[in-house]
Amino acid sequence: MTAMIDIADAEKTFVMHLQGGVELPVVRGVSFHVDPGECVVLAGPSGAGKSSILKMIFGNYRCDGGRIGVRHQGREINLAEAEPRQILSIRRHTIGYVSQFLRAVPRVATLDVVAELLLAGGVARDPAREAAGALLRRLNIPERLWSLPPSTFSGGEQQRVNIARGFISDLPILLLDEPTASLDAANRAVVVELVNEKKRQGVAMVAIVHDDEIRHLIADRIVDVTSFAAAA
Amino acid sequence: MAEQDNDQPLLLAEGLGKSYGRLTACRDVSFALYPGEVLAIVGESGSGKSTLLQLLSAQLAPSAGRVSYRMRDGVMRDLAMLGEAERRFLFRTDWGFVHQDPAQGLRMAVSAGANVGERLMAVGWNHYGKIRDTASSWLERVELDVARIDDAPKTYSGGMRQRLQIARNLVTEPRLVFMDEPTGGLDVSVQARLLDLMRTLVNELDLAAIVVTHDLAVARLLSHRVMVMQGGAVIETGLTDQVLDDPREPYTQLLVSSILPA
Repeated sequence: MTAMIDIADAEKTFVMHLQGGVELPVVRGVSFHVDPGECVVLAGPSGAGKSSILKMIFGNYRCDGGRIGVRHQGREINLAEAEPRQILSIRRHTIGYVSQFLRAVPRVATLDVVAELLLAGGVARDPAREAAGALLRRLNIPERLWSLPPSTFSGGEQQRVNIARGFISDLPILLLDEPTASLDAANRAVVVELVNEKKRQGVAMVAIVHDDEIRHLIADRIVDVTSFAAAA
Repeated sequence: MAEQDNDQPLLLAEGLGKSYGRLTACRDVSFALYPGEVLAIVGESGSGKSTLLQLLSAQLAPSAGRVSYRMRDGVMRDLAMLGEAERRFLFRTDWGFVHQDPAQGLRMAVSAGANVGERLMAVGWNHYGKIRDTASSWLERVELDVARIDDAPKTYSGGMRQRLQIARNLVTEPRLVFMDEPTGGLDVSVQARLLDLMRTLVNELDLAAIVVTHDLAVARLLSHRVMVMQGGAVIETGLTDQVLDDPREPYTQLLVSSILPA
């Protein structure tokens, strides 16, 4: 089977110029792969670099060395060297990212926030909104909220909007950063279901999950990030 | 638009520079802009970003380098070599220019409808009813009250003027829009509405845009790519969220760390 993500010896260091050029090594020697239909969970204490690794796979943080190979439209692209246009294309067609916090655009209705990736992918407005509504319903967001911008919602509601926004696509790779952090048991169970559905569709996933119970339910493999600690 | 079309740059800057005597306003800028791509140029006042915008939009002649633009026939042309008719076509039809001060981009004493219709007449439209219908539909698109189509923009608020200026620019379906601090001088609530509108229009029309702004939040919301300028030179460039979340250069780190938390 061909891996969807294949990372070899990737590393990341922040240089803080405003603090006199202090070098802050984050991770080094990051190496693992993710196959289609598999969920790899990154484990390690807070500050070990789990989120940084996810951000590097999404092209949000730059990679200072090594390679981050991603299968994009049938060929492998090294994100460590990709052009901005390639990264944008990868985000449109290959990698989705569910961040910890929703970064909502002011004034845009929840339904459209969730449907955005489908609309950008060329799906017509009505079916895109229908799919968005179906996901919001599953995640127990009441229909009366759908036409409102999510900026006024509670933390848990915003996170569920964010999850719906991430899971609506049929992208072959999904990155999940603490998708269940502020959810109650019923909604956590919905997220587990969604992850399992994605696995059956062959989606490759990398997740950060602190909740032990959820981790056991979704992880096919656990990669211990402490072994990549650069500060040691 | 076919994928193949999108693989060709729409605008190409090569070694672009401008100096006034010994003063260098802008030096050695090179980049390619692709169809549908939004590029933000950020930096403080005096960093050279407005000079660069004027060079890119052929309002100022460069002292060094050149700007090429892919005309609708697919041929890349050096802007300095264009004939008068081709220049006029670009300025009146294929390009838009949104000024920070709407009074610079609008005719303040003629009606809103005429402000939008004028760009259509310039490209040969002569049917009054059609021009008025198109103007009305554009006023609606930028969320202006169509009942005020006969009022002059001098009676409009700042936010309404800016939306009218956008309608006037987009009515000819340009492929590239230049924007100079499009949200500068507007109230924060008005800014949010305008940004949302611009974001929607850029997506729907598959517009390419070059936006000069000192506001990093505007760059984050509108642009795919960002160029950071300091002292007339581009010091850092890349994917917008990458440059803003993982800034590499000292000056970019300073800019990013100076944003007030929301």
